[in-house]
Amino acid sequence: MQKFTTFTGKPAPMFEPNIDTDQIIPKQFLTRIERTGFGAFLFYDWRFGSNGTPNTDFVLNQPRYSNASILVAGMNFGCGSSREHAPWALLDYGFRAVIAPGFGDIFYNNSLKNGLLPIRLDEPTVATIAENSHRVAEYTLTINLESKTVSDEHGLNVGFDIDEFSRQCLLNGLDDIALTIQHEAAITAFEARSGR
Amino acid sequence: MKTLYDKIWDRHLVHSEAGKPSLIYIDLHLIHEVTTPQAFEGLRLAGRKVRRPDLTFGTVDHAIPTKNRDLPFNDPIAAQQVETLRENCREFGIPLYDMDRIEQGIIHVFGPEQGLTHPGMTIVCGDSHTSTHGAFGALAHGIGTSEVEHVFATQCLQQVRSKNFRINVDGELPFGVTAKDVILGIINEIGMNGATGHVIEYSGSTIRDLSMEGRMTVCNMSIECGAKAGLIAPDPKTFEYIEGRQFAPNGEAWDAAVENWKVLSTDADAIFDRSVDIDATSLEPFVTWGTSPDLSVKVTGSVPDLSEARDENEVKSYERSYRYMGIEPSQKIDEIAVDRAFIGSCTNSRIEDLREAAKVARGYSVSDRVNAMVVPGSMQIKKQAEDEGLAKIFTDAGFEWRDAGCSMCLGMNEDILAEGERCASTSNRNFEGRQGRGGRTHLVSPSMAAAAAIAGHFVDVREWRFKE
Repeated sequence: MQKFTTFTGKPAPMFEPNIDTDQIIPKQFLTRIERTGFGAFLFYDWRFGSNGTPNTDFVLNQPRYSNASILVAGMNFGCGSSREHAPWALLDYGFRAVIAPGFGDIFYNNSLKNGLLPIRLDEPTVATIAENSHRVAEYTLTINLESKTVSDEHGLNVGFDIDEFSRQCLLNGLDDIALTIQHEAAITAFEARSGR
Repeated sequence: MKTLYDKIWDRHLVHSEAGKPSLIYIDLHLIHEVTTPQAFEGLRLAGRKVRRPDLTFGTVDHAIPTKNRDLPFNDPIAAQQVETLRENCREFGIPLYDMDRIEQGIIHVFGPEQGLTHPGMTIVCGDSHTSTHGAFGALAHGIGTSEVEHVFATQCLQQVRSKNFRINVDGELPFGVTAKDVILGIINEIGMNGATGHVIEYSGSTIRDLSMEGRMTVCNMSIECGAKAGLIAPDPKTFEYIEGRQFAPNGEAWDAAVENWKVLSTDADAIFDRSVDIDATSLEPFVTWGTSPDLSVKVTGSVPDLSEARDENEVKSYERSYRYMGIEPSQKIDEIAVDRAFIGSCTNSRIEDLREAAKVARGYSVSDRVNAMVVPGSMQIKKQAEDEGLAKIFTDAGFEWRDAGCSMCLGMNEDILAEGERCASTSNRNFEGRQGRGGRTHLVSPSMAAAAAIAGHFVDVREWRFKE
């Protein structure tokens, strides 16, 4: 997994509630058997018209957000389907973190497994960040996973919570299958005593 | 003083230590073509094997066609994905119930139908509707592809314990009100993220009185209010459903299994982090009107206006939904015309669902303005429906009668809505574009979908004139 320590980047505001994984990566792209290349299809039905031309109203198509790498979203981001293609698409497009008041559980978990950092902040703070990224020219955010903070150059500096185990995995780029395999003896013993 | 969830958790705890997620053993891993290819590839790259291929079962459902299956797929990429699953199952020794098998079906129909789903099990699948299996008192939830790979390699998952949420539904369901309406009513009440971080246990007389298939419909949509899983304590109805199925224990093993399952219930003094009570006698058939499953109203009602939104986020959802769905606030539900009807999906494609829909369809014809299809949940259900004469009722009425698969629930194959088409659907999600780009989905029960197909608009199925 890709490590995450500190990161500075441009946020793009999509401060809408309940953006589901069907929007993040529509179903017509799920037949691909690769893990890469999904960025081209991120938010496809919102980004492109039915004839495939870019929809100029859509936030990621606006020149000022062209290199955005932090998504600022509304409550319950990533609800719905378990498709891991959603974090794959976000990462492949260039996002390294998503800031929202809350996430769908499966999406949150899938993101952590891929080095995409999901950050929960209270709704007014997320609203402020969304507003700043819209209003302030060349606005950037710095995410520091060591200190668990999000800051900007205009006085914003807020802490966020993440469970310590996930934080260590992200900081060190650990493979959680390898970590579980360290408990091989416990798994075998469990199978033996429970007759599995 | 433990909940059913706590008890299943404790029975599966392999390892725990402070400050880390626990290692939980997985009893049954169900797989399909869409969320596994990258997991198998990960195993190969790391030189790992599938630890317990004997606890892993596969079928094909999401991307396969539901007609003309003797011909090559029209979609070469979908064909390659299915072929990849075949090769992977061969390489890693996993049984696959492919399109030529009577057992083939939607993964969450397949598991219970073959007797693989048992009370007290932990069950995972790379699909969010894995919560369906909770109807048997199994702890079942969807996982992403990284976790699919994790289960392949270790037969375990790293898990953090969820909170306990009890939803108690009491009272007799009125005529024409189904399990689908119970769960749509619950989601409407608690909201789309109302159960995030929780495992729901459904209890109460209404839940006890539901058939196993009705219970599966309820648990299936637990994810639509954000729950990790939904559970119903097993009872004699559960055991009766399982007994005699292909993978059910038999003989002495059956008796031992039932003894073991009987103790699976929440202790009387167990504490839930949250509880909600629902009065079943107040429920009516529900119809969703927006682009999330919580935006529903009773069939006798109207599309709500902005003054009924509970907060700022709901105002945004309402406004977006009016626009996308092409409907107006205060519009009467029974005046909304439909172009398509879809009866199917892991929510509502079982034999009882088809019987309910056929009861409505008997002796009628699908409206000239509607294209309607019935997609059974498995090939076994398809055969049973043909044997019972249900298929003939549907085809006589002008419904298309298809082979088993996920079909238009998520439109990964050719079964999709055209831009602007409006569909009465028995599936589980009404998200934008879910059934096809620009398509407009209204979630309803099977009898409501059949009635809308015939009338050409939503109608209150409680006033239906049934024909013999």
